[in-house]
Amino acid sequence: MENHEHEPHENHITSYTTLAKVLIGLLFLTFITVAVTGIHLGPLTVAVALIIACVKGGIVLTWFMHLKFELPVFRYMVLGVFLLFALIIIVTFFDYAFR
Amino acid sequence: METQNNQLNYIEDTQGRWGIFAWIFSTDHKRIGILYLISITTFFLLAALMGGLMRLELIAPGETIMDAQTYNGLFTVHGIIMIFLVVIPGLGAVFGNFFLPIMIGARDVAFPRLNLFSWWIYMAGAILAVYSQFAGDGPPDTGWTFYAPYSTESGTNVVAAVFAAFVLGFSSILTGLNFIVTIHRMRAPGMTWFKMPLFPWSLYATAWIQVLATPIVGITLMMIVAERLFQIGFFDPALGGDPILYQHLFWIYSHPAVYIMILPAMGVITEIIPTFAKKSIFGYKAIALSSVAIAAVGYFVWGHHMYTSGMSGTARWFFSFLTFIVAIPSAIKVFNWVATMYKGSIDARTPFLYAATFIFLFMIGGLTGLVLGSLATDVHVHDTSFVVAHFHYIIFGGMGFAFFAAIHYWWPKMFGKMYNERVANIAWLITFVGFNVLYFPLFVIGIQGMPRRYFDYLPEFHAGHLISTIGAFILLSGLFLMIINIYRAKKHVTPAGDNPWGGVTLEWQVPSPPPTLNFDEIPTITKSPYSFEK
Ligand SMILES: [Cu+2]
Repeated sequence: MENHEHEPHENHITSYTTLAKVLIGLLFLTFITVAVTGIHLGPLTVAVALIIACVKGGIVLTWFMHLKFELPVFRYMVLGVFLLFALIIIVTFFDYAFR
Repeated sequence: METQNNQLNYIEDTQGRWGIFAWIFSTDHKRIGILYLISITTFFLLAALMGGLMRLELIAPGETIMDAQTYNGLFTVHGIIMIFLVVIPGLGAVFGNFFLPIMIGARDVAFPRLNLFSWWIYMAGAILAVYSQFAGDGPPDTGWTFYAPYSTESGTNVVAAVFAAFVLGFSSILTGLNFIVTIHRMRAPGMTWFKMPLFPWSLYATAWIQVLATPIVGITLMMIVAERLFQIGFFDPALGGDPILYQHLFWIYSHPAVYIMILPAMGVITEIIPTFAKKSIFGYKAIALSSVAIAAVGYFVWGHHMYTSGMSGTARWFFSFLTFIVAIPSAIKVFNWVATMYKGSIDARTPFLYAATFIFLFMIGGLTGLVLGSLATDVHVHDTSFVVAHFHYIIFGGMGFAFFAAIHYWWPKMFGKMYNERVANIAWLITFVGFNVLYFPLFVIGIQGMPRRYFDYLPEFHAGHLISTIGAFILLSGLFLMIINIYRAKKHVTPAGDNPWGGVTLEWQVPSPPPTLNFDEIPTITKSPYSFEK
């Protein structure tokens, strides 16, 4: 198909300031992940760690991997993958939570 | 671009490369399809012979031709080769590569070099897999499932085998990625999603499973390696691990992997039946969307492999319930195939015979699958030869016979020569009979209590095993006849013609064999893919 009409903004350039802010955000979340292990949350430990990891993954995808500047279809695809991943983990815990 | 009708076909056009290099370095999707065809057929024959040896061992009680350890190695290697090297790439890598671009009106896949790279990774993984069988401390004896904690302790060559499966996963992911992008971006003008043929639809659903599920098994297999080398404690209870976690992680991939095998097979059958019934497919959208439904729901049924593992009761009924749900879209397809044939003018030539056989064997495999999917009955037949019979009906009777259907259907298009149809029909009859004589007795002795993966058995199972072994040799002779007959097609002088079956999808509108660039001019699509009315 020789049609490029849907091509998104080519070569979007993100400013260094934005990138630096994102980096600081990621580092902050990493500290939280470490700090949280000190608090005793019982079975929720895994959930908290996974949620923080997902937020970090989301940030990386949005800015570093330019999802923010892409076609909506890619966002839906990534959202679908996250949903699938979350569901798989929840279903696995149907076993662990009721054993 | 070369022009008009005197274009070279893809076999003549070596693009200036010499001999074998014109194949192993070609980025033409058709040549890559042939590369996979040759590699997959080779590994299939190798593993089929191993199956024959296993059946020979089981011909009579007691040790006949091999000891228990050799038998354990043999069923593991048979499983690894068949699953990871043959049925998972199988139809997608061979016929998907060859026909997907042609059927959607494209000149190639979206990333031709990545496509060639996928084949190279496949070969690297294959060599590793074969190496793991002969090097080191003996072939792995864990079964293809590599269940922990045994796989973390077995003294055999588990790491190499596991690493081979890991490498092969990359090939699968890259092929899936390539197909997704190809289908999204390269369809001919006018080919909307619902004007796309159904084999590409099934490849699309499959590709998503390949991309999303394969990484999970990759990580899981690496966890086995880490556990073996560093005693991390993922799966070993003594170190605080959980062996059932391994089964979860493994089946989160390996159940959807069953759909990587069977969805393209269903796609092939959906192409063949309208062509030989001379009738538009019944329920086009239902078939297209049921592929997607199977792919989606298929992610959440993995626990049906684990009913007796000690999983919680809640999880068990949940997985059992969803397993019954996932049977619905499969049944929808079967009803649509039958409805397509209804009142059609059926021309029962070789590809149709294989396609009809697919439906028959798939039904037996599918319904016995429900026996395994329901909690109470599974407890009785779990880990018996009933399970072995069930999945051979699905994978061999389903995917395998769909592969045979596909090769007989598309061979004249791929090489421009027709095989001897009379011999092909005889080979079909022998394989069909041999298949059932081989696998049906396993259902019976399975219900009677014959465990799987045992090299020996009690005398009461002798009759069943003897019949089964006889079936194995009928089946093998049928397979050899089929392969020789197809191979001899190249000796035929008369060309098969561009459209020997009267098919209507795009691949029948290009010359046989197709030119390198597939189309002189990319067609514009206005009609549904299966309109037989002129
Ligand atoms: Cu399953």
